[in-house]
Amino acid sequence: MFDVGRSSFIFLTKMTSELFVQYLLAGITYGSIYAIVAIGFNIIYNTTGIINFAQGEFVMFGGMIAITLLQFMPLPLAIILAVILTMIIGAGIEICFIRWLKAPSVLRLVIITIGISILSREVAVHVWGESIRSLPYFVGNEITSISILGARISPQVLWVVAASGLMFICLGIFFKTTSVGREMRACASNRKAATLCGINTENMVTLSFVLSAGMGALAGCMMSPITYSQYDMGTGLAIKGFTVAILGGLGSSGGAVAAGLLLGVIEAFSVSVVPLAFQDAIAIAILLIILFIRPQGLFGSKEASALKEF
Amino acid sequence: MKKLASKFLMAVAAMSLFAAPAMAETIKVGAILAATGPASFLGGPEARTLEMLVEEVNAKGGINGNKIELIIKDSAASPEKAISFAKQLIEEDKVLAIIGPSTSGETMKIKNICEQAKTPLLSCGAAEVIVNPVASYVFKTPQKDSYAVKKIYMEMNKLGIKKIAVLAGNTGFGKAGKGQLLKIAPEFGIEIVEVEVYDKKSNDLSAVVAKIKANKEVQAVINWSIVPAQAIVPKNMRQAGWDVPLFQSHGFGNIKYVEAAGAAAEGIIFPAGRLLIADTLSADNPQKELLMAYIKNYEAKFKEPASTFGGHAYDAFTILMAAIEVAGNDRDKVRSAIENMKGFPGTGGVFTFSAEDHNGLDIDAFQMMIVKDGKFVAYEK
Repeated sequence: MFDVGRSSFIFLTKMTSELFVQYLLAGITYGSIYAIVAIGFNIIYNTTGIINFAQGEFVMFGGMIAITLLQFMPLPLAIILAVILTMIIGAGIEICFIRWLKAPSVLRLVIITIGISILSREVAVHVWGESIRSLPYFVGNEITSISILGARISPQVLWVVAASGLMFICLGIFFKTTSVGREMRACASNRKAATLCGINTENMVTLSFVLSAGMGALAGCMMSPITYSQYDMGTGLAIKGFTVAILGGLGSSGGAVAAGLLLGVIEAFSVSVVPLAFQDAIAIAILLIILFIRPQGLFGSKEASALKEF
Repeated sequence: MKKLASKFLMAVAAMSLFAAPAMAETIKVGAILAATGPASFLGGPEARTLEMLVEEVNAKGGINGNKIELIIKDSAASPEKAISFAKQLIEEDKVLAIIGPSTSGETMKIKNICEQAKTPLLSCGAAEVIVNPVASYVFKTPQKDSYAVKKIYMEMNKLGIKKIAVLAGNTGFGKAGKGQLLKIAPEFGIEIVEVEVYDKKSNDLSAVVAKIKANKEVQAVINWSIVPAQAIVPKNMRQAGWDVPLFQSHGFGNIKYVEAAGAAAEGIIFPAGRLLIADTLSADNPQKELLMAYIKNYEAKFKEPASTFGGHAYDAFTILMAAIEVAGNDRDKVRSAIENMKGFPGTGGVFTFSAEDHNGLDIDAFQMMIVKDGKFVAYEK
């Protein structure tokens, strides 16, 4: 049954076009979730040079808060308010734990964010308990499905993909055209020079936490009907998101999207060749191979990565 | 400063003097439960059930006038933590007996520790390996997984299902269940044409559902897990427009999973203890009265539906208390009192222990259930 040879034979001969599309769509669903988490990593990395390991917890908070608020208000309002509240949490975390540090080392910041991640999980388990919860499907219910090229998927998948795409585009516009966005980018390329130009870099760092918290929260709401929300969902997401961020080249949003989709699709198709239990092993193996061949990531530039301290 | 310190010391000495006589009258019972972490849906209700029962027992004046002191340790389903807590409870706290752990994997890790320390262990883990081979100090209250498998296969025979797919989580429970499913299938003339194991953290299984759906021979699917995947598999199957019967393990006995899976849970068939359909049992059923009382008290106290998992802890605790009542605060006597217990009604069934059978339940402890209109009902066909 676990004979790889036989399975790949099936893969080659029996892979119908519906099955192909089915795997592809499943891959795009996972992939866009990974990409959003990875972009969250990148935003903070760009302004502070650290990896925020509490990124997965923002996703969890978004979903959980929206589920709680849903008891008092309609769904769209609950999601908007959940995103805003998570942004406030993001800002609070930065102001309480990061802002007052004077020239901290990378290691110290990493340990702090890991601590924040554990703290957030503990808070969540005390507030919401250990049970799994979910938002209702935005359209239809658990058994509603739509047909795309012969494959059947839940309409919620389209929400996830559309929201991820929209966030990516809006973020691009924000960084390119608005003055705040430009200030953040300046902060990213050289913090000292940005300070000399009169940019308040401390506020930019807070803003980066707010942005990535908001993105994580929105992703958390969109995926909640499909994957459920639970107090400890953040860790697994953070690992996948981190893999994708590295794979795409730390700091590159476009790279994160490409790498996220790539990893998602590889994971989905790997199911047809090897047993499901090895799905995560494949993702990590690919990560290792790429780090050996291209340490700067698939889409990162060698010169840029040489200048970074982490 | 010195004066203050000596005053403090005196106060401590005085306190311990007053406390000492009260300590002598308490019987210490340990519990290792996965109250948080990935198996918290088992350990949470179990821990709450024990808290409630200890309160009840002590409010009534304890067992033969002795108060019960319960020490609950949260293992978060980690076998390493379970091992160190077991040693701590046995060597430092010197407990009379240990209830738990919640999962089969943890139980297997501490089975020998308890056996060597001659401390009775009443596990809430489901896998049969806990009591087969029998260790003289190790008992378990959930029904055996082999009976759950047989019950499912008997139902499949009635429905004329011959070729099936098996999905299992990579937990101790999932692995043990998969093993039993593969081993017992030939006895019932059932052929397993697809097997997949998924990670316990999986949150979307649509790719693997697409894979097994592509095998047109599959007439039914059995999903064996204790993780949220129990709600994810039905959703992914129905979203893929696949409507073959879905069977799940006795791990599905929590109404929260039905709520989580929503409309996709309709028609799921699974074996479980009678707790889930307590209100429909006839009045002369020996389990009826205690089930109704447990459900009422639990739901009033914790504002959440009672589950069969909390019931496993209920059974472990009431069996232990009944044994203490006849045997007193003595590990060996308590052990043989449990082993000689006959016809003891619990939430999981009617327990009859023996030197060979440390589970005490037979296949009739299971009842096939189906999800109908978002509720569990007895499945009769």
